[in-house]
Amino acid sequence: MSRGSRLSTIEVGGFRLGRAGIANVTCATCAGGGERYVGVVKDVVVIGGGVVGCAIARALTHYRIDVALVEREVEVGFGTSKANSGIIHAGHHTTPGTVKGELVWRGNQMWQDLANELGFGFFQNGDLTIAFDEDELLTLETIESIGKERGVTGLELWGPDRIHREEPNVSKEALAALHGPTAAVVNPYEACFALIDDAVDNGLQLLVGRPVTAITPEGSHLVVHVGDEHIATRCVINAAGLYADRVCRMVGIELPIRARKGEEYLLDKRLSGIVRRTIFPCPTPTSKGILVIPTYDGTIMVGPTAELVDDKEDLSTTSAGAAHVFEMAQRLVPGISERDCIAEFAGLRAVAPDDDFVIGATRVPGFINAAGVQSPGLTAAPAIAEEIVALIADGGLDLSPKPDLKSPAPRPVRVSELGLSELEQLVFSDNRYAHIVCRCEMVTEGEIADAIERGARTLDGVKFRTRAGMGRCQGGFCTSRCMQLLSDAHDVPIHDITKRGPGTWVVCEREERT
Amino acid sequence: MTRLAIRYDVVIVGGGPGGMSAAIGALEAGADRVLIVDREIELGGILNQCIHNGFGLHHFGEELTGPEYASRLIEELLDHRIDVATDSYVLDVDADRTLTVASPSTGITRVQAGAVVLAMGARERTRGAIRIPGSRPSGIMTAGLAQKFVNQLGYLPGRRAVILGSGDIGLIMARRLALEDVEVHGVYELMPHANGLTRNIVQCLHDFDIPLHLSTTVVGIEGSRRLERVAVAPVDENFEPDLARATEIECDTLLVSIGLIPENELSAKLGLRMDPTTGGPVVSSTMETSRDGVFAAGNVVHIHDLVDFVSQEALLAGRCAGEFATGRSRPADNIRLLAGANVASIVPHTISSDREHVVYLRVRRSMEKSWLRLGEVYEKRLRYVVPAEMVSLKVRPRFLENFHGDALKIDIVPREEPGGDDE
Repeated sequence: MSRGSRLSTIEVGGFRLGRAGIANVTCATCAGGGERYVGVVKDVVVIGGGVVGCAIARALTHYRIDVALVEREVEVGFGTSKANSGIIHAGHHTTPGTVKGELVWRGNQMWQDLANELGFGFFQNGDLTIAFDEDELLTLETIESIGKERGVTGLELWGPDRIHREEPNVSKEALAALHGPTAAVVNPYEACFALIDDAVDNGLQLLVGRPVTAITPEGSHLVVHVGDEHIATRCVINAAGLYADRVCRMVGIELPIRARKGEEYLLDKRLSGIVRRTIFPCPTPTSKGILVIPTYDGTIMVGPTAELVDDKEDLSTTSAGAAHVFEMAQRLVPGISERDCIAEFAGLRAVAPDDDFVIGATRVPGFINAAGVQSPGLTAAPAIAEEIVALIADGGLDLSPKPDLKSPAPRPVRVSELGLSELEQLVFSDNRYAHIVCRCEMVTEGEIADAIERGARTLDGVKFRTRAGMGRCQGGFCTSRCMQLLSDAHDVPIHDITKRGPGTWVVCEREERT
Repeated sequence: MTRLAIRYDVVIVGGGPGGMSAAIGALEAGADRVLIVDREIELGGILNQCIHNGFGLHHFGEELTGPEYASRLIEELLDHRIDVATDSYVLDVDADRTLTVASPSTGITRVQAGAVVLAMGARERTRGAIRIPGSRPSGIMTAGLAQKFVNQLGYLPGRRAVILGSGDIGLIMARRLALEDVEVHGVYELMPHANGLTRNIVQCLHDFDIPLHLSTTVVGIEGSRRLERVAVAPVDENFEPDLARATEIECDTLLVSIGLIPENELSAKLGLRMDPTTGGPVVSSTMETSRDGVFAAGNVVHIHDLVDFVSQEALLAGRCAGEFATGRSRPADNIRLLAGANVASIVPHTISSDREHVVYLRVRRSMEKSWLRLGEVYEKRLRYVVPAEMVSLKVRPRFLENFHGDALKIDIVPREEPGGDDE
């Protein structure tokens, strides 16, 4: 079955997959050498559990193939995706003639269905790109025509009256704005969790907290080394984000990936509603600039900065970054004040050469890249997954639909979104939903227990699934309660509960006095 | 308890020292049916984690620990018939004083109150509020959360600690950690003066050889998983750090003690008029808010230095709520109090000329020898004032006998004349 890539810029050639069945190979590269690997050959191993890896894994589990996903962090979405702005881009911002430019509009159109199917939050709030002078207005006109050519629907140029009627808190200095009604917001980590939960329900083997240490070609297979475990597979998808270069090097391919940092600042819910749409400045050739983003959860976020850094673990925020973000955000929406900041964080985008996505087969049989995925990577992720499925089909893997596909689990309950009578109903069946654990975000014990059941094993896992600890007190009240619930559920002592995996301990044991 | 009644004379939101004192006040005023709702599993609020002494000198006339202070109030309550809903959370209060209460034991219940007293206390300001640059490792928490871990749950926040902010909780925790053999490198304070009580500076820092660095702040945080080090630097008079003079401290724990914020989510839902300087609702001399029958007391109104003052304020609020619920009320206030020179905030916001009041003030900056002036009707000598310590002023009816205006300004101004007795 060949589906064919619809992506004109991707070349598919020289790509073939290994045989299915039982692998019985000698692994020459392991310490001690000559260790034998015997086991069922996976059809596909996805490396990386960011939104790209999760979307790919989820798409693949809809076919009658055997798929595994390996993630180095203890939970999926804990890398670049966790720090994503959550914008589903309208489709007109990205440069034409690039892979990302082709995938952004396709991806945009897939999110509404994906959200409906998997039940995660999705809100089509639209975006507004602001021009302050005639030169910027010319740029907006160019972007508008790029968008229209691409097929992006609903694009419209607004004058000052319309801007201020629709968004009264946008700067009165705005001369014009380009409205993109197809832009939306999601919770990037909620999307990751929903994708991976559905994939696991449909047979995905998920290995978390284990980095891939080597990949060795063994006969017609690739063997993925995950600590002591070896997984033979017919096909590897490299969705390793910042570390896609390291994964490439394991098979002898050079693909430089650099890290571009983005700092984001979250503001108090007091400012909720100050703008309804995501507000963009007029872009420059190198940057989309600093945005004002009404997140899916109702808080306002400002950022991100864009700065290349050498250290791929550098998630620090800086005074200069904060000053820049607030100056630029206030230019768009003067009512924004840094006094309302409740939290800040930074994420690192994976930047490949030419600033474009690298999606496609390589000269190593069975090794496919889904790398260099930076903005608008979240938007494009479902379209990237579609591309990868097509590539695998082209490579000769038989992709027949799974007959007994499980329908997605219902979206986790959010008490803060329920009406009182709905809450009463729920409490009647489970009284843990009447026990408030996080008072800022109104998260109950029932929701936390559900998150733990769905796979949360750290404080951040609970926080990103339920919002417990994300509010204005930043966990001052609920941290100890969440740790207690994690400790009870996993049957480990409180001091073994971490913020986000090994090394991130929260408390330690008291020393015994003699 | 398993069921809540449908109607109460007075419902109190919060079972800390403010809520319990308000309940005692309401009972004293003749309210029969009083309910306290608290989210913890036992009464006492934050007092339960304050196992150090220094409480109660004003209110009980003896020095108590936090849990002892709480049990004194609980014992007083036990002499009366009162309903207590613990492990319960007030989701909402309507303008007609209907409360929606959620609890695992009683489910979702609606309760009608003759009067409501808001006594939700305060929360701590966090790292996010002051935007310290750097990474986001584990090992950074508020001093109050660390206190809960150490005193109630039996865990340590780390082995080598730096404390940012000289608020009382930070000072108390510096000593508490030192007693647990945690290495405490020092307390770093942005302001040129300490934010905690003088006695805590002496008893918690000096007595344990823990240095206090004024006009110094944390300017950097390092560590990708657990905190590894912080950078500290002196600040100038505009609080701008001098990064050239920054030094690094190896530590695995940073406790922040940078102030408290009144917990006013319910007040916002009720649409109460708020005072931006206190962060709490505007209150009259009976501690009534801008909504009829809704009273407030304790840290939810303004941040107090001592729990004793919380109790005194809450007793008054409770009494007035009890009177309101049983159809009595005091004459309305007729004088507004205005913050003048070197006065940051005043509570209550209005007074009545027919009875005595205690007015609490907070100053903007430290001042040696000064006059406290209440319009032109009264003045009082003060030996010194500091922002960390609340100033209280007893306003007696006789001060106002010949005053016929509707507003009085309070000023704190330097006192230059030589001699004179200090109060």
